[in-house]
Formats: sequence, structure tokens, C-alpha cells
Amino acid sequence: MDDEYVLQMQHITKNYGSNQVLYDVSISVKPGEIHALMGENGAGKSTLMNILFGMSMIHSTGGYEGTVLINGEEVKIMSPQQAMEAGIGMVHQEFMLIPGFTVTENIKIGREITTPTIASLVFGKDLEKLDRKKMAQDARQALNTIGMDIDENTRLGTLPVGYMQFVEIAREIDKTGVKLLVFDEPTAVLTESEAERLLEVMRMISSKGIAIIFITHRLREVMDTADSMTVLRDGECVARRTISETNEIEIAELMVGRKIEKLVDDSVKTYDLAGSRVAVSIKDLVVDMPSERVRNVSLDILEGEIFGIGGLAGQGKVGIVNGLMGMYPALGEITVMGECLELDKLGDAIHKGFAFVSEDRRGVGLLLDESIENNIVFNAINIKKEYLSNFGITKLINTRAIRRHAQEMIRILDIRCTGPQQKTGSLSGGNQQKVCLAGALTLNPRVLMVSEPTRGIDIGAKKLILEYLVKLREKEKTTIIIISSELAELRSICDRIAIVSDGRISEILKPDASDADFGLAMSNLRVGGDQK
Amino acid sequence: MNIMKKGLQSFGLPRIIIICFFLLLFVLAGVYQMDVQTLLGDVLRRWAMYGILVLAMVPSIQCGIGPNFGLTIGISGGLVGALVSIELRDLGFYVSFDSNPRLSMLVGILVAIILALLISSIMGIFYGLLINRVKGSEMTVSTYVGFSIVAFMNMMWLLLPFKSSTSIWPLGGTGLRNTISLDENFSRVFNNILGFYIGRTYVPTGMIIVFLLTCLCVWLFTRSRSGVIMQAAGANPAYAKAAGINVDKMRIIGTTISTALGGMGIVCYAQSYGFLQLYNAPLMMGFHCVAAALIGGASIGKARILHVILGTFLFQGMIAVALPVANQILPESSLSEVFRIIISNGIILYALSKAKEEIR
Repeated sequence: MDDEYVLQMQHITKNYGSNQVLYDVSISVKPGEIHALMGENGAGKSTLMNILFGMSMIHSTGGYEGTVLINGEEVKIMSPQQAMEAGIGMVHQEFMLIPGFTVTENIKIGREITTPTIASLVFGKDLEKLDRKKMAQDARQALNTIGMDIDENTRLGTLPVGYMQFVEIAREIDKTGVKLLVFDEPTAVLTESEAERLLEVMRMISSKGIAIIFITHRLREVMDTADSMTVLRDGECVARRTISETNEIEIAELMVGRKIEKLVDDSVKTYDLAGSRVAVSIKDLVVDMPSERVRNVSLDILEGEIFGIGGLAGQGKVGIVNGLMGMYPALGEITVMGECLELDKLGDAIHKGFAFVSEDRRGVGLLLDESIENNIVFNAINIKKEYLSNFGITKLINTRAIRRHAQEMIRILDIRCTGPQQKTGSLSGGNQQKVCLAGALTLNPRVLMVSEPTRGIDIGAKKLILEYLVKLREKEKTTIIIISSELAELRSICDRIAIVSDGRISEILKPDASDADFGLAMSNLRVGGDQK
Repeated sequence: MNIMKKGLQSFGLPRIIIICFFLLLFVLAGVYQMDVQTLLGDVLRRWAMYGILVLAMVPSIQCGIGPNFGLTIGISGGLVGALVSIELRDLGFYVSFDSNPRLSMLVGILVAIILALLISSIMGIFYGLLINRVKGSEMTVSTYVGFSIVAFMNMMWLLLPFKSSTSIWPLGGTGLRNTISLDENFSRVFNNILGFYIGRTYVPTGMIIVFLLTCLCVWLFTRSRSGVIMQAAGANPAYAKAAGINVDKMRIIGTTISTALGGMGIVCYAQSYGFLQLYNAPLMMGFHCVAAALIGGASIGKARILHVILGTFLFQGMIAVALPVANQILPESSLSEVFRIIISNGIILYALSKAKEEIR
């Protein structure tokens, strides 16, 4: 019988323009079941949940194909309101709560209990009086259900962050007729003990017959809590497993998967690292970058090495380079070719031979309103005082030299543009990335750090950039640190790959290590299961 | 066809409308048989005398604080500089130049300008420090700071120990006058250098040269390393930070240059006008300068010297012609003042509404 499932999503396919993000995905959840939904970033988990909640971006981009059944009945959810009425609730990763309101008010918001007043008789329901007593009772009950003993009248802003999650859960439970709760990476912002507590609460909720979809990257949590799981990869359903019949290694393998595309020919990689000295030594690096916190990282990177840093989003891999560049407050002992780096001195890294291509191309990487040539030479003017000609009392920029250099770079990196004076804001993503790279190369760096160099760019540009990086190392002996969410890319050009999880290095792997090793490292687990 | 369309688009609809309006005013002046040649001379005079004040918008916009609505800070500094120069003449500092009255006046204004630049720069540094504390609402804050400084200076004009009989209230009062004549100091000294008539149109060559030279200096600065860095810090603070630039420092530099130009600007303005106006006279000057720069094609985030030269010409030219024309059409009305308010505030409003699109 179909209605043994509370939710079934069958053969869901979704395109954003020509970009297929989901293809023939099916998941089903029984009442009281905890179903884990796993996959790398960009695997399609959020899109699937957006469809379930009828978010407007789904419908404004042409809707989806496939069917959604709730209790065996087909429904077409067009708005989050409708999803709520159908008994689906969501616990968000970023809290959707109002700090200035009390716990009760937060729990009952939008569903306040009211009593009629004179004004409301005349002007309608909007002017009815709040029945605070009843609301508090309801809130208390919801809090009791999940075993929280906080005072329902406290202002939310005064609670520790870990408690807010529980308030959010209480709000969802308080909704009448809730049948299914979605937890979107609920443990990402919690401490270990809070996470433990949350998992307990999830089990408690499910024991009351409410189904749960649990989105997480943490394998251990899945093994501990979930009953069954679905793995998505590149928008496709890879596998559905019952937890009792699988193990961590299998899940890790399923998540990573071998991608066949080889981005760079092995023949170009001939560099021999034997006998190289340490170029960059990082000791106890801590970086306070919001949502990419680095807790403690120590690394030694050799001269002329292409060193990859991988890991899931939000785990801190991007934080490492941003911390080195002084973009966010950082602590630690860094030496470059024996020179000590002062992290609290703005621009020290760039003066000591680092160059950085930011992951945030449009926000940090470029002056969008300026020409390609100005973007390329800016750092050279700023740091190395090049491209200036001396006029006695003052030095002015040398337009001709700049033009020549820009044209050279446009040719080498095959930047598709109308000329060196085109504004970078009007270039395509791939060409913008090449301009960023050209700017970094103009500094002749000793260490080149490229963060997410191929994010959102086409395959041709991707290949060119990666190949160029390999060639650069062969020719100039430049040490290259490359941060990427795409494992395939790291594995095709790096000498070693560090996988970052929870702000720490969980493992440093050779590019030919097995999929399972990568998967386990990403989920912060080692074979044998000793959690770091 | 397409090229023309693009050219028109980059030139901007508001500029086209205003140029048409400007031309219409001249036609009307002709229709009413007014002295068009003298009007043209007025346009040139006002263009040159306001130019440097409007130029002050360039460094402030380029360093990222937006148009300098608090230009009155620089203006106040400049007024103090001019007053000190007058005081020095009374104390006999320029006696050795007395043999050549022209030279003596020239020395007077140069001293005034140097003092104005100094005093305004110091005020500009403090102003910059303040602006750095209110990132995101610079325009609002600078507007109020601009108003406040005028009120503050209103008290100062009464309290500062100036003694010169040209400056203080006649008949033994204390405090400075509302309007101080510069006849004995540096009235029109720049205007008259190489000045000449074409028909009845007077060309204030000296003032125009001073204005364009100042433009050249600012342009050279934008082409220097510091200028390039400052512009980057203004255009994209995150980018600048990644390049190891102290964004706050760059903003202070831009604000200071802007304020200093405001000080120099008011001295040049006063010499052309022939009077030093204190108390509430500078109150709305900042707004007019912002409006002029915006009419010229500058925006909240981007400004070039060309915008200043063109914008000042259009805005001040229009006002110079509108006043007599309006008086002809409707005698004894304040129509021209209404025009000025509509145009200056209208263009500021237009630019602010455009600012959102730019961010997108």
C-alpha cells in the first residue's frame, strides 16, 4: 500500500534554464522514520527541499517534473504556506527567529491565539487581542515535548546559540498536524554536546510518529540516528540504503564517487618534488571567518608543490587562505621561505610574495567598474610600484606599459574580450576568473593561492586555468595552493590534497587515494571510526 | 544608428533635458530682448567661480564616501583662511608689496588660499575620522555635519578675536559682519588677470586658468599610485583589503582632499563675487555643488573631472540665465529661486534613485 509512506517524491526532475539540477530523483519516508539525505554541496539536496516546500524560485523557473505524494495522495505544493498546511515543517540552518521576541512569541509567531475586542469587531481580525496565557501554555507544552526546560518568557536574544535551534524545533512541533520535519544541517552550528542533545530530540520526535528528513554531512550522526538514507550526487539518486544494512565506508564511497573526467593530462605533470624545501609552513592557524571557521590547522607545503585543500562548504577550507591574506582575524605561526608572516599586519602576506585569487570573484576579486588592464596591473602598481613612470616631483601610471602587459596577458590566458579597456563587470565568469588570475600572476608571486578557481565557469576555461597552473609550476617553480570544492579537479592536478573538516585538517591524501578515503575524510571519520 | 543611441545613453537623459532647457532659456532671453552677451559673461564667471567647489566632489566620491554633502566644513575653513589674510593686511603684513596694488592683492589671495588649504585639511582629517565611523550612511551623516558646522561657525564668527575694521561690525560692535567687502583685499584679482571682453561678454581668464589648473592637479593625483589605490578602496573595499590597502586611511585622504578643495574653492568664489559671506550663506552650498557634479554625469559611486567641468557649466549657467529671464516673465517673483531649488534637489533625488541600480 502506498499510504504507508507519509511522503513520497517520485521521479523528480528540475532544470534551471539549460542546467539540470535534479534528474529522476525519488525519495520516500515512512511515519516515525528518520531518513538521512546526503550528498556533496551542489548535489541537489536544497533544490529537492525547495520543491517540497513550494518555494517561489522553483515555480518562477518553470516548476518541476514528477509527483509528490503525502499520505499517498498526490499534492502540488505551490507555496510554503501550503506546505505548512500539509503538515511539513522545516528547521533551518540559519535560525528564522526574532531575537527581540520572547520564546513564546517566537514559537507562536504567525499562529497567535487571539480573543475578540471591540476594535476587532469593527476593523476585523487583525486587531484582536493576544491570549498570552494560552500561547504560553502551548509553548510550554511544545518545549516539554522536546525536553527543554527553558523559561518560555525569556527574550530569545539572551539565550545561548545552541538553544535557539531547539526553540525553532519547538515552533515546528507546535504546529498542529505536523507529519514531517526537515532538518537542514542542524548540527553544523552546534557544539558536540548540543548536537548530541539535538539527535536525542530528533529520536524523541520520531518516536511520536513524526517523520524526519535529516540533511547532514556527518556520517556518524547518520549512523547513530537515521533509519534509512538516500544519497544524491550531481542531481541524481545514487542509492537508497537502510542504515542497518550499510556501513560508513560504503556511504562515503557513494557520496564521492569516481568522476571519469580527467581535466589535465598526466603528461604535463613531470615536476619532481624530491628534495624541495618547505615553502610555506603553517602552525596552529586559527581564523575567525564567519561560516568558514578555521579552528586549528598546521601544514607544511613544499616549494613548487601544487597543494590542494578540499572539503565540504562551511568546514573552513576557504578560511585558511582568507586568514593568511588578512581578510579575517587570524592567529598562528606562518613562515614563508623562512620569513615570518605577521597576520595582524594588513597586506603583509602580499608583500611577502603571496598572491591570492579570491573565491568571491565579483565581491573581492575584481573592480567591476574598471577596465581589464587596470584590474590586471592594480596590485603590481600597489605592491611592487611597477607600471609607474617618474615625472620628477611625482610618479604617474604608465598607460602604455600597462596596455602592453594587459594585451600579453589576454593572449596567454585567452581572455575573450573586446580589448584591454573593456570593463570586467561585463565579462563572463570564466573570463573574469582569468583576469583575476592575470592580476595575481603580474605580481610574480612566490606562492600563488587560488580559491575555488573553477567555480561557476565553463569546462573550456576550467581546463585552461588548471593547465596553466601546472605549466606555471613547471616553469617558474611557483608554489601553488589550490582550494576547491571539486575533488575531481584537485585530484587531477595536485601533488597532495588536505581535506578540511570542522576547521581542522582531517587527512592529507595522495590524489590516487580511494574514494572511500576521501569520503571518510570529508565526513571527519577515519576507517575504524575513531572520530577526531 | 546604434552607436548614436549608445552615445546618447551614456550621455544620459537628464543631461540632454538640462542642455535643452539651458538653450531654451537663451532663446527666451533673446525673445525678451535681453542682453544675451552680458548673460553669457555671467555664465562664464559663475562657471569659473563655482568650479573648484564642485571639483571637491571628485576625491570624495572616488574614495568611497559619496558626494561630499558636508562641503560646508571645508568652506568654513576657507572663510577662516580668508579672514586671517584680511587681518594680516590690516596688521601691515603686505606693506612691502604696496608699490604694486595688483601684486599686493595677489599675495593676499595666495596667503588666503594656503591658509584655507591648511585649515580645511586639518578639519578634513577629523571629518574623515568621523565618516569612517558611520560607514553605510555617509551621505546622511555628512549632510547633518554640514549643517551643524554652519551653526557652530555662526557662534564662532561672533567669538573669534578678529579686529580688522573691514571684517567686524561697524560702529563698535563685536563679531564679524554678514557680508565683508573684499575691495581692499583680493576682490576679482584672479578674474582680472588676462581678462578681456568679446563684445559685451567678459571672459575671466585668470579664474578659468586657476580652475583648470586645479582640475589638472586633481587629475594628476588620480593617475598617481596613491590616487589609483584610493579609487580602488572606494570602488571595492573588499578588493582593496585583499590587496593589503588600509581602506579607512584612503577614505580619510579622499575626504581631506575634498575638504581642502572646499576651502580653496570658497576663497576663489569670494574673490570673484567680491564679498566674503559668513553666517548662513554657505548653508546650502554643499547641495548646489553636489547637484552640479551629478548633472555633469557623476554618480554616487563614480566621478570624473569632466563631469565637474560640464556639470558646473550647466548648473551655474542655467541659474545665471534663469534668474533674469524669470524676472522678465514674471517680474518681482521668486521664480528663479524656485527653479534653483527644483533643479538642485531634483537632480540629487534622481542620482540617489539611480544609486540602487548601480549596486545591482
